[in-house]
Amino acid sequence: MFNFNFESQTKLNTFNHEIVYDFLVIGGGPAGLNASLYAHRLGLSTAIVTYDIGGQLLNTNEVDNYLGLAYDSGSGLKDKFLKHVETFSIPILQGVYVQNVSKVSDLFEIMLSTKIVIKSKTVLLTTGSLPKKLGIPGEDILDAKGISYCAICDAPFFKDKHVVVAGGGNSAVESALDLSKWASHVTVIQRSNFRANEILLKQMYANPKIDYMLQTQIIEVHGKSTVEGLTILDKNTNQTSHFKTDGLFVAIGMNPNTKYIKDFVKLNTFEEVIVNEKQETNVPGLYAAGDMVDQPHKQIIIAAAEGAKAAINANHYLKFNGE
Amino acid sequence: MKSLLTPEVAGQIKEVLNMMENDIKVVLFTSNDCETCEPTLQLLEEVTVLSDKITFVERSLTDDVEEATAYGVTLAPTFVILDKDNNFRNFRFNGIPAGHEINSLITALIDSAASNPFFDAKTLERLSKVNKDINIKVFVTLSCPHCPGAVSNAFRLAMSNKNITADAYEAQTFGEISMKYNVSSVPKIIINDKYEFLGNQPIEAFLNEIDKV
Repeated sequence: MFNFNFESQTKLNTFNHEIVYDFLVIGGGPAGLNASLYAHRLGLSTAIVTYDIGGQLLNTNEVDNYLGLAYDSGSGLKDKFLKHVETFSIPILQGVYVQNVSKVSDLFEIMLSTKIVIKSKTVLLTTGSLPKKLGIPGEDILDAKGISYCAICDAPFFKDKHVVVAGGGNSAVESALDLSKWASHVTVIQRSNFRANEILLKQMYANPKIDYMLQTQIIEVHGKSTVEGLTILDKNTNQTSHFKTDGLFVAIGMNPNTKYIKDFVKLNTFEEVIVNEKQETNVPGLYAAGDMVDQPHKQIIIAAAEGAKAAINANHYLKFNGE
Repeated sequence: MKSLLTPEVAGQIKEVLNMMENDIKVVLFTSNDCETCEPTLQLLEEVTVLSDKITFVERSLTDDVEEATAYGVTLAPTFVILDKDNNFRNFRFNGIPAGHEINSLITALIDSAASNPFFDAKTLERLSKVNKDINIKVFVTLSCPHCPGAVSNAFRLAMSNKNITADAYEAQTFGEISMKYNVSSVPKIIINDKYEFLGNQPIEAFLNEIDKV
């Protein structure tokens, strides 16, 4: 019944704006939290700058694929990660965005939304990703008026209603399963085939409230003050039709949150940060990890591992190049 | 009656409430015809007893009209907080602060007991220029992990400028009000029933919308 977390305790950590850090972590998801832990244990002066703690964990209801933690909620896992980091009193500055990262005379300067500048010898970018939009007519107008990108947040508004989930990956199927607890019926619409894990698909197939339409594309959202229906295209027959629904949950993937560093670091065509096997970017001393980098598997355990790699490699860099 | 808080959670909350600086008073308004009043009363009793800096009282929405009017309370369950000098802290939480909203409750308790400002000098200066009556509504669900951040921001703004009031609405208890404001995604923030935005946005986003009034 309660999802009590420990974030308020982080106020006890005093973040020092004045010092030059060895390894500053931007972002508070699994990659950033694990990186700070590793950096601290390696003896580096480290801190985390983030808007919130948890990253995509906050949008995940159930996590069943993190080794050693057989079943947990996204929030529960975040609390465990944070609690572990807090045992080392690693300073965390919350509630701020990073506006710009630059390098001046071998030191990185991180400009915050509060206009404060923090300096560090090395930096790890772990600012994750944001939900991808369908980019179709009606989506912007009906955003938050029946269109949602967070099933666990908004499912209660669709009690006994018929909703559509757009997408075919793990997030889409998880969203459908979450929504089935509230909605009268859930239809998953996917423009190609399912990419979700078999275990999730089995749960979905066994759920009498959920059906699905593959090879079907949503091409427009209709409604005056709220979502009333969709225009969908059957890609097998090339026929369009109207599909009545009370809500649309979009779970078609994520876009990397890299706009603030696009002029500073090399990105690929998907706007993901290009990193090598050491999590190094093209800028010496600047690392990136987690959902924002150019590796295809966006998983909690992979993000956490990349954070660890970045911290270890930053430690080597500082020993042999940075000092 | 079975406790709502497990001993583990109660212990964690107790530890966090040690951060409270001053004494405060929590006033919960209930009514007879309200489904979530009883569990809200039990929850607040169990939480407030965890700190000796908190006094808790229950009031009736229908019988204690003068007090309800003084704090602008029109719904039940609704809780408000008074500071050490019995001053109303200008925010109301309407609904049951369970699920993720337990964090809104705990933060509200700690913040109401604080003496220091919540914002940096630049934000405080901008906030001091707000001289019109502003009401911030924040709609939340109990399953929304992003919502407590938005509630805390709204409550802190209300505590920092006497022209600002803030209301959190727990949308499952107050479904009709949520429908009236066409809420289907949370946290949804509405300023003076006119300007709205979505998500756990930084304080600057609140101030940008307030500036439009």
